[in-house]
Amino acid sequence: MTVGMINANPVVHERPERAAHPAHAALDALDVFDTVRDIKDPEHPYSLEQLSVLSQESVSVDEKLGHIQITFTPTVQHCSMATVIGLCLRLKLMQNFPPHFKIDIKVAPGSLANEESVNKQLNDKERVAAALENPNLRQLVDDCLCSDHSSSY
Amino acid sequence: MDGGGAAELRETHRLTGHADRAWSLAWNPNPGAGAGPVLASCGGDKTVRIWKRAPDGVWDCSDVLDGVHERTVRSCAWSPDGKLLATASFDGTTAIWEYSGGDFECVATLEGHDNEVKSVSWSQSGSLLATCSRDKAVWIWEVQPGNEHECVAVLQGHTQDVKMVQWHPILNVLVSVSYDNTIRVWADDGDDDWHCVQTLTEAGNSGHSSTVWSVSFNQKGDRMVTCSDDCTLKIWDTSVDLSQPTTGEGHESWQHLSTLSGYHGRTIFSAHWSSEDIIASGAGDDAICLFTEEKSTMVEGPSYRLILKKEKAHDMDINCVRWCPQDPRVLASASDDGTVKLWELRGNVLD
Repeated sequence: MTVGMINANPVVHERPERAAHPAHAALDALDVFDTVRDIKDPEHPYSLEQLSVLSQESVSVDEKLGHIQITFTPTVQHCSMATVIGLCLRLKLMQNFPPHFKIDIKVAPGSLANEESVNKQLNDKERVAAALENPNLRQLVDDCLCSDHSSSY
Repeated sequence: MDGGGAAELRETHRLTGHADRAWSLAWNPNPGAGAGPVLASCGGDKTVRIWKRAPDGVWDCSDVLDGVHERTVRSCAWSPDGKLLATASFDGTTAIWEYSGGDFECVATLEGHDNEVKSVSWSQSGSLLATCSRDKAVWIWEVQPGNEHECVAVLQGHTQDVKMVQWHPILNVLVSVSYDNTIRVWADDGDDDWHCVQTLTEAGNSGHSSTVWSVSFNQKGDRMVTCSDDCTLKIWDTSVDLSQPTTGEGHESWQHLSTLSGYHGRTIFSAHWSSEDIIASGAGDDAICLFTEEKSTMVEGPSYRLILKKEKAHDMDINCVRWCPQDPRVLASASDDGTVKLWELRGNVLD
């Protein structure tokens, strides 16, 4: 675990108004975004949305193919928290959507110095499974998920 | 059994019991005289389950091996004589189980890897074990009397976690596959000194461009198949003289023969070669594919063709496929959906 903050002074945005979201059967990008937008950043008392790590444009869903893709943007080029954020996103989606959905999680192109290796790690399910069995890492992830303020739906 | 007609993979049994994803499978190669086939499965619920076919054809879970591994049991392997089962776990240990007095008992725990053990394999004689881990190392253990195991080599070479180890079916030659995209071949120099004799890479050998998840040999031992996160299977061929099996000499001779691409849409986690030379693959697209060598195009060299693709074979990713040694038309598959399925291959596959 790193000592000191990776990004001590992040830019924080207002929590935007929630778009009215009519109830419907088909899963769409807004459903997915609503599920993950309030995940807390591992370093800061702000949500991933407030830090612009995520926006609605980060999510794409192909319900027919059962495929969810999230592309997030770490706040700094050398963010060692990117893998933790990726784990949070994956766990939250696994907990909230039918298990048959295929989930791909990536960092936005050019947003990280070690983009390729982070993307590979985030999508290796064996490494993800092992990480989620690691008590310290799991605690960190659970804290980010528990302290979210998802109340709007 | 073959009444002619198109090849078909028919689901015959669905084995339920695992409370989490099923990672891996192993058929007992030697279940004993008069006994039916025996299958071991292991998974994220930290258990191993033993499945047996009763004389009336019904499959039941006869034993649950638990209370030893503290984390996911990633893979399992029977000793060649069928008496011992080795299990590799994310808890960093490999356990050896023996069936005695009507029960499976853990008779040894192999410790040494820094973190998750991902795979375990017995050599053809049963005298050596290999294990591999996220710590990038491959360990070779010598099986000694009294359930003692001595580490005889720690093989460094891979630059990332090692996903699977598999002994050659005839020789004391070991193959490991890794997250570093390479395949490594290890042999001893006749003096118990183990070396990497060949590394198969994308640039140098038309190898894989992403994580290699699995490797399987054909029965003869002159070919192997690997599968990868790059969504391809690759067939490798060796010209080595298998009748001179004493040393590792000449085992740097594996060559790329064929790449099977376009059949799976997501990571291929498992490939297995049957004694009838049918290759099964299971992948993250929930599908199982079967391939065989195309005999009619020998003028242009060997090639492999798809026999069939079974879409939606499971509800989720398929992590392991294994042909039954006693019945080469029976295939077992293990999935993230927690089930193990048994399949029967019917119809004409060879034309």
